[in-house]
Amino acid sequence: MALIELEDVRRTFTVRARTGRFSREKREVRAVDGLSFTVEAGECVGYIGPNGAGKSTTIKMLTGILVPSGGRLRVAGVDPARERVALARRIGVVFGQRTTLWWDLPLRDSFELARRIYRIPDRRYRENLGRCVELLDLDGLLDTPVRQLSLGQRMRGDLAAALLHDPQVLYLDEPTIGLDVVSKGRVREFLREVNRERGTTVLLTTHDLTDIEQLCGRVMVIDHGRVVYDGGLDGLHEAGESERTLVVDLAESRPAIEVPGARVVKVEGPRQWLAFPARESAAPIVAAVAARYPLVDLSVREPAIEDVIARMYAEVAIG
Amino acid sequence: MAEPLTGTLAEPLVEHLAEPLTEPLGARTRWAVRSWWLCAGMWMRSTMAYRASFALTLGASLVTHSLDFVVLVLMFRHTDQLGGWTLPELAFLYATATFALGIANLLVGSVDGLGARIVNGTLDTMLIRPAPALSQLCAERFSLRRLGRPIQALAVLVWSLATLDVTWTWDRVLLVPALLVCGCVIFGAIYVGGATVQFWWGEAKEIQNSVTYGGATLLHYPPTIFAKELVAGVVFGVPLAFVNWLPALHILGRPDPLGLPTAFQYASPLAAALCVAVAGLAWRAGLRAYRGTGS
Repeated sequence: MALIELEDVRRTFTVRARTGRFSREKREVRAVDGLSFTVEAGECVGYIGPNGAGKSTTIKMLTGILVPSGGRLRVAGVDPARERVALARRIGVVFGQRTTLWWDLPLRDSFELARRIYRIPDRRYRENLGRCVELLDLDGLLDTPVRQLSLGQRMRGDLAAALLHDPQVLYLDEPTIGLDVVSKGRVREFLREVNRERGTTVLLTTHDLTDIEQLCGRVMVIDHGRVVYDGGLDGLHEAGESERTLVVDLAESRPAIEVPGARVVKVEGPRQWLAFPARESAAPIVAAVAARYPLVDLSVREPAIEDVIARMYAEVAIG
Repeated sequence: MAEPLTGTLAEPLVEHLAEPLTEPLGARTRWAVRSWWLCAGMWMRSTMAYRASFALTLGASLVTHSLDFVVLVLMFRHTDQLGGWTLPELAFLYATATFALGIANLLVGSVDGLGARIVNGTLDTMLIRPAPALSQLCAERFSLRRLGRPIQALAVLVWSLATLDVTWTWDRVLLVPALLVCGCVIFGAIYVGGATVQFWWGEAKEIQNSVTYGGATLLHYPPTIFAKELVAGVVFGVPLAFVNWLPALHILGRPDPLGLPTAFQYASPLAAALCVAVAGLAWRAGLRAYRGTGS
């Protein structure tokens, strides 16, 4: 069952810029420009793109806050813009930079409010709270005022608050921002567990690509309001025409060496860096270098996912 | 607890899906009030986390608001009448206007934080909850410390009612509580309607404050001392005259400076209903514009 469906969804904003003392110029900005994709129930999708690519505009349309300028949009079978409040009961939203917890009250009070606002049946509430407390290790924190919690603890509290009403979809906006490595790991582990155990569909925007690598079977890259890549993480390397790097330590310093199928990108004393397409095997290049030059040591470096995506953005900007 | 709850958790959300997507107005209103109540309760307990501060600000607000009335009393040390009205009569106007504004401010006054929430994006966090955003906004920072103003007004009202030289017929007696309720509703509607302007124009908060606080100060004084155009403006424009002037004319047995039909003196409930309707429609239009044009 497709839980999220977008068909040629567009959203334009009118920006008024002051051009003179009295004159103003109206300009249309297309934040989302013909977006089409579907997300099946139970998927965990990473939704990434540079700032201003249209990520938050998409999330705002999916939650019903913003009305699309055009196209068709369905979440859990309903039109979010028309049935925002009804939809609110079926989705969970976590903003990494904005807590929805009550600052001066014990964590438990925020959960109690959720129980009432979302009209969660008592038994379901007890079960879900118990499970969240267990998985997120919140046991000793329930009676602590939120302002006394660390950032990581607060994020765990926010996650629990967003899941108490059994949402079918969970939108996460930068859920690990500002967290230390341990807290990040804990949040990711919890999300994996929720996705696996409850089949909650997760849509995650992030700038931390480790989140994606560890959580998402599918990545959507968006830029200038369009999907520029949609598929597995592995496919990103090919789509991004990424390159692997062969680092060779020669017996002595020399000018850039010549090897077929690779090009030298950097020389530093006897060490040289050779880039070659990620889909090619390293073996023939290593053989070619070894045959021509005295070789002391070598290593192959995989492309960093950040670089792949950065290259992808750059291509879109040029193309 | 440790036992996995996979079975129960993965079930379809039957009770949510069965819920009618568009509920009748009555149910929506009840839900809006309940949402307000829930959020206000949270805020109230939040402020109770700082008890000393609560006691101090409540005390300070009682004292500062009382000064308003002290000014009136001092004025009457030099004169017996103002615009033909005596001190107990003025006290009645002062108390009713202040009480209405105070209660409206307590219950919905925080709605004027709308502009700030639009700017910093936190209105969105309200819109993703199933509770009405207006309820959440009005309940924001709800605190009983704001009771200082209405408590003080009630004290003045009691004194005024005890001192007034009025024949208390049953219609006059009934008009007093009706006037207080309608006054609160009218000021509440003005708060909400005024805040709605911030959907289009973020700096509109000051304009709204000049209507609410300025309006209440206007209503402290008898309509006879103002120009007729101004009085007509608060009857037919921003209907502040229905908060206390018009019903007070009947209660105190005073002639209407505008010579309006006596029906106007009983029309406060109608004016209040009209204000609520206009404010409600304005809010809906504003929210629609926000979601349509974004920020």
